[in-house]
Amino acid sequence: MAVVPMKKMLICGLKKDRKKTLEFLQRQEVVELSDDIKHDAVFQTADFLSRKAVFERNAALAEQALEVLAHYAPEEKGLFSALEGRQLLSVEVYEEKAAQHRRIMETASRIIGLTKAIDEKEQLLVQKKRQMEELLPWRRFDFPLDFSGTKSTKLFVGSVQKRISEEELLAVFGPLLDGAVCGQILSASDEQSCFWILCRKRDAKQAEGALQGLGYIRAPRVAGNPAAQEKQLKQEILEVRKEIQKTKAEIRELASCREELKFVADYYRMRAEKYEVLNGLSQSRSVFLITGYLPADRVDALKAGLESCSDIFIEFSEPGESEDIPVLLHNNGFSEPVEGVVESYSLPGRGETDPTAVTAPFYYILFGLMLADAAYGLIMVAGCLFCLKKFPRMEDGMKRMLKLFLGCGISTTFWGLMFGSFFGDAVSVIAATFFHRPDISFPVLWFEPVSLPMKMLAFSFALGIIHLFAGLGMKLYGSVRSGHPEDGIYDVVFWYMLVGGLIVYMLSMSMFTEMLGLGFTLPLLAGQIAAGIAVAGLVGIILTGGRESKNWGKRILKGLYSAYGVTSYLSDILSYSRLLALGLATSVISTVFNQMGSMAGDGPAGVILFIIVFVIGHSLNLAINVLGAYVHTNRLQFVEFFGKFYEGGGRKFRPFAIHTKYYKVKEDA
Amino acid sequence: MENMGVMLALLGAVLAALVAGIGSAIGVGMAGEAAAGVVTEDPSKFSKVLILQLLPGTQGIYGLLVGFITLTQIGIMGGSADISVVKGLLYLVACLPMAFVGYKSAIRQARASVSSISLVAKKPDQFGKAMIFPSMVETYAILALLISILAIFGISGLSV
Repeated sequence: MAVVPMKKMLICGLKKDRKKTLEFLQRQEVVELSDDIKHDAVFQTADFLSRKAVFERNAALAEQALEVLAHYAPEEKGLFSALEGRQLLSVEVYEEKAAQHRRIMETASRIIGLTKAIDEKEQLLVQKKRQMEELLPWRRFDFPLDFSGTKSTKLFVGSVQKRISEEELLAVFGPLLDGAVCGQILSASDEQSCFWILCRKRDAKQAEGALQGLGYIRAPRVAGNPAAQEKQLKQEILEVRKEIQKTKAEIRELASCREELKFVADYYRMRAEKYEVLNGLSQSRSVFLITGYLPADRVDALKAGLESCSDIFIEFSEPGESEDIPVLLHNNGFSEPVEGVVESYSLPGRGETDPTAVTAPFYYILFGLMLADAAYGLIMVAGCLFCLKKFPRMEDGMKRMLKLFLGCGISTTFWGLMFGSFFGDAVSVIAATFFHRPDISFPVLWFEPVSLPMKMLAFSFALGIIHLFAGLGMKLYGSVRSGHPEDGIYDVVFWYMLVGGLIVYMLSMSMFTEMLGLGFTLPLLAGQIAAGIAVAGLVGIILTGGRESKNWGKRILKGLYSAYGVTSYLSDILSYSRLLALGLATSVISTVFNQMGSMAGDGPAGVILFIIVFVIGHSLNLAINVLGAYVHTNRLQFVEFFGKFYEGGGRKFRPFAIHTKYYKVKEDA
Repeated sequence: MENMGVMLALLGAVLAALVAGIGSAIGVGMAGEAAAGVVTEDPSKFSKVLILQLLPGTQGIYGLLVGFITLTQIGIMGGSADISVVKGLLYLVACLPMAFVGYKSAIRQARASVSSISLVAKKPDQFGKAMIFPSMVETYAILALLISILAIFGISGLSV
């Protein structure tokens, strides 16, 4: 229920056992490696970065092949596939598959080669299509385009970049060739007109000159006549397409290797990780050293395991005071899900207590109060239970998150029952609208915040005060544990006296109790005693708040300044009014949707409208308010609660492990 | 002019929903632009930036809440809508904190959200902290909501 104590480990072994030892450590996932051995003439690190790069490249190649497969033969994935987690693999199967990594990589290269071939062919296709388009305007010409005339005639085939008619074309030659010229427009558009002109060979020069004046461009020199060319190109395109289809089919056939590719990607990722470690390892010519941290309770198991697989020397010691020890939290099932929340703030720093166990009950209660609807709570519980049961191999972080929401869902259901909220006021709306029984409503076990908001506000403040005082209590515990109980008295007990005394004093004033609708007022005497205690606390704070200063004048001034901090308690307590505001938001918005749904009254149309509005409205309300409750519960914990005692700053324990994407290798799967 | 009271009260209800709603619309829009930018680079951050985008959206909901409570109190959602001019004015005033604070805090919160989104883009593991900055701004919207709600509930008991 706290920060797990760590041991420092030193392994010394012969180089021949290096691979085995590292692989064992990687599979155990309990040791965080550190490199704090001073290098000297004997022990040095070796450079393995180039080999690591090879593995990383291979992993990337396998991933690329997988992407190709996903493109041509998409994998069927369920709605919840993200929750499924990695597949388990026993060591035997792993070894067997690992032996085939070269063959699998060949498949990967083949798949990538095939896609490259497809790309090339697609380009060829584009090229051929362009050629076909170029031929299009010449289709009516039934000679080869590079035909230049007979023995005594000259043929010009070409185009001008404008629309031109046959008369205009022939008019260019005018009287030049004695009319011994003929020609035809093959196609005409605003951009281009294609034509042929036939004249006597001896007139060729003159004719060409006239044509150039018009802006004549020669036709592409293509052997064979355009129609035949087109036909041939069409045939070629068809063939290329067929080839592309064939290649695609070939890739699809290789889809059966998908699992192998996933494995090999993971395999290389693991090896890259191992070589990263190897790169930082101190080694002499025949000996290697490994240092690292591991949880104290894993020491024996690891020692036994390592010594059974290789001849190594292993030593454990207590880490030194000044060392940067990584932090691992361990809590019971009730508070474990909240570890993620603590982690997202900051892990406990050196010598700090793990706040998870204290945070957890408040987390569930505050979340439940903010959502406070029995139906919403049940939906959360059912959803989380379903996912947890259905996907037992889910990643740990996800599992923890779902467990957190499961706990919050239970609390939400509880508070929903207390405040008589089930989809807001759905029960009474349905009963009144469709069954004409306005007397039926969901039972209220405690009270309805909507009708008694001041009572709910008072309850929120009371809960806030408990929460804040629990935070102060943690600070007291921390200073006692670290051997400075006097700090606990100065910084916590005096504050308890001041804030607690003030609160009790207020409760003895009828103005406050009436405003909050508490229904009781403490006797005057109790108020006077409380005021006395508060003053004593205040004096204590003024005298000790600046105790680090030797100068008494400075010390009192600093003490006064820290006593001014009482205003922050006021704002901290007021901050808990969000419990009322968010709780009301949930129930009022549900009420809005229920009312909107019941607007069409009784009858089939009314029922249909109600169901539609009900489903859409409540899903929306649930989503928005779960988000709101989550954010604001975190805020109350981080700002109000942790602000009282918790500093954090610890470094997360990151063991040398198998960080794979698809498979998980288990020693005893 | 004998219906002036209900008109003033309705004006208050509508203002709360209207002004706070506009603020949230602007805010969620701003944060959405930033979030979309992050997702173009890294689609896996979608759920994180979505949460940050939605944070400035609550003011609009609070506005709706205040508006709705006012509507039920003044009898527009059924019941008699017979309230005095003074009472109507009181309802109008009671709705103003939510309207004004809702508007401004939504936009300011959105700016904090945009910054937090860029924080998450660079350091995804700092999501917990990134979420806190915008929610600090929301505190004031919640306080305004509280005053508006308490005032509206209180007014119904007055005999003016």
